[in-house]
Amino acid sequence: MIDFIGKKQWFFRISAILIVVGIISLAVFGIKPGTDFAGGTSMTLQFSPPVEQSQLREEMAKLGYDKATIQNAGGGNFIIHVSEITSGKARELAETLGTELDSQARITDYYLASPRVGAETARNAGIAVIIAAVAMLFYIVWAFRRMPKPFRWGTCAIIALVHDVFIIVGIFSLLGWLAGVEIDAMFITGLLAVVGYSINNTVVIFDRIRENVSKHISPDFAETVNNSLVETLGRCANTALTTLFVLLALFLFGGATIHYFVLVLLLGVIIGTYSSICISSQLLVVWEKREWRAILPFAKRTA
Amino acid sequence: MSRNIYLLIFILALFGFALWSVVPLDRNVFGRQGLRLGLDLQGGSYLVYEADVTAIDTANRDEIMEGVKGVIERRINALGIAEPIVAVQKQEGEYSIAIQLPGIADIERAKEMVGRVSLLEFREQDEEGNWIPTTGTADGEELVLSSKYFKENTYIDVDQFGRPLLIFEWDETGQELSQQITGRLIGEQLGIYLGDEPLRGEDGHAIAPVVRETIRDRGQIEGLSLVDAEELSRLLNAGRIPVPLGRWVEGEPKVFEPEIPLYERTVDATLGADSIEKSILAAGIGIALLLLFMLLYYRLPGLVACLTLGMYGVVLLAIFKLVPVTLTLPGVAGFILSVGMAVDANVLIFERTKEELRGGRSLGAAVETGFNRAWTAIRDSNITTFIACIILFWLGGTLGAFMVRGFALTLFIGVALSMFTAIVITRTFLRLLIGSQVVTNMAAYGVKR
Repeated sequence: MIDFIGKKQWFFRISAILIVVGIISLAVFGIKPGTDFAGGTSMTLQFSPPVEQSQLREEMAKLGYDKATIQNAGGGNFIIHVSEITSGKARELAETLGTELDSQARITDYYLASPRVGAETARNAGIAVIIAAVAMLFYIVWAFRRMPKPFRWGTCAIIALVHDVFIIVGIFSLLGWLAGVEIDAMFITGLLAVVGYSINNTVVIFDRIRENVSKHISPDFAETVNNSLVETLGRCANTALTTLFVLLALFLFGGATIHYFVLVLLLGVIIGTYSSICISSQLLVVWEKREWRAILPFAKRTA
Repeated sequence: MSRNIYLLIFILALFGFALWSVVPLDRNVFGRQGLRLGLDLQGGSYLVYEADVTAIDTANRDEIMEGVKGVIERRINALGIAEPIVAVQKQEGEYSIAIQLPGIADIERAKEMVGRVSLLEFREQDEEGNWIPTTGTADGEELVLSSKYFKENTYIDVDQFGRPLLIFEWDETGQELSQQITGRLIGEQLGIYLGDEPLRGEDGHAIAPVVRETIRDRGQIEGLSLVDAEELSRLLNAGRIPVPLGRWVEGEPKVFEPEIPLYERTVDATLGADSIEKSILAAGIGIALLLLFMLLYYRLPGLVACLTLGMYGVVLLAIFKLVPVTLTLPGVAGFILSVGMAVDANVLIFERTKEELRGGRSLGAAVETGFNRAWTAIRDSNITTFIACIILFWLGGTLGAFMVRGFALTLFIGVALSMFTAIVITRTFLRLLIGSQVVTNMAAYGVKR
């Protein structure tokens, strides 16, 4: 039988490293707000024949758009985010770019958002994530109300949720720095879907722990949790796999528009599955045994 | 046993109906044909304008905005756009109006139609030659003469030289005003203004006819190009938008910018077609892999799951078509994701059944226990996805991003249906299969004994 509980410090270390890297990236590079949050105009330009991103960047700078964010969306498509320009002016820009780069540029997707609404959107997105977390907490406390200390179960699940959100935001901060990837309303949508998925996984495992606790399969809580993890491992792996199959197909073949949205979901499924097995359940044990030192990433083993 | 037969009949009837209603997709079922596609899939424009209602009494604002909605709908219909959606949104006392124009090629023209303040105002010159609004008295009030008093039956005619004429009729108040004003201004010019700009003729000159006689019932405007005359006539007949549309700009005090939308999104129809093609390809590959995995890993129950999943897909499509749910690209992603998650309920049940089989129970008992034990996990875990969907639906309503709602809605429906299929369809199939005792070999259930 696999000993998950014995390896909990390793899991905490891995997560701590991921989170710290994410936080450093956030502090140094921040995140690139997309049109939804920063306002302005973003458009998808389709070049045929395709052009190089570096060429496009140079040409844009020459035309005075040196602050533009340019993301390569594959297949000669680029997503460009600039400060507000009208659709008429955008068309002129596309024409100029096409001529200068010996190609034909078409605007396939034009999006303008007033800068004023960006702040409001960002606020609403933040509220949505917080409401989601609180609602999940209440729900789990309610679902596990027959267990002793239901609040503890809820808290552990929420910590895992926050863990997932931090890691994904950290990864997108790095992607923003490396590839100009921006965060938009669809990112938040993906994040909330992931939050739902991650908690979903945690609940399945908690449900098994609940069942095993009431069956008194072991006097030791750690062993009960470990048994539950082993018993649900097949299910967790298979559900994650089936979901990953479809998401991977969408990521690889689904086109430019939802590329990064699907990436959020993809990362979320992997990290959410990991955190339900390796974080939330482990935290339950730590809390039960009061082994708080185990959480400190580089503490000596207590057991 | 008989209960299972009834359930089977119910399931087959449901499936049969769903299959019939989506194959072919454009079959007319309850007046629905094809799937309703969002702007990102079929191309089109999405515009959101804020309304400046500061000049309107608070109590009347709701009503006025409904009026604006009606006028915009009529204007868009006059452009011949199929299935436009116009919605008034009210948030923290601010009004906005969201307009979806599917499949429109010329966004600039649509914006003009929507955003234009289509009030023709008649003006006269004061001593210094400035054009000032011309007024008369009706019902004891001093009123500006404008197209507000036109009957909504303006039409185009041609004079003997084939030049277009815009013919209009005054309503009662208009007749009163027109009689006074034209009587007073005989021999002088009457300017016609659209907003703050004079109405210009085909030759670019401001149209300002000289009043030759007292006019009471009807009048005509000469000199317009045919295109302008037609558009103006449509605008006038569609009615007037009583409040400026545009957007507020932050500042102290905040300023209203007319005619510039808060949000504007235009998706090219070719991108939409491309997205559909790619989504179908991705869904095909993803779902094929998933089915293969289920078959190889779970054997016979896997086959049952594949059948169930096929039914799930068809019923879901039928729901999307008949409700109808507007499918957006993230919505399609939500649909595909829900297929992946639909398997989850089956996986939970099968894993549980396998455990029970390994524990030495008989097939029938193992399936029943498997279902009962898995149910709490399925129920409790899916509720979290529902919570996330509801919050997303709220969030989507506060944004200019119609796509967020599309995702939340399809995922919600998908997960709800997946619970139903796992509990009702998979269970019935497995019970019947076991009851019929066709397959009793444990290896078929993926268990070694």
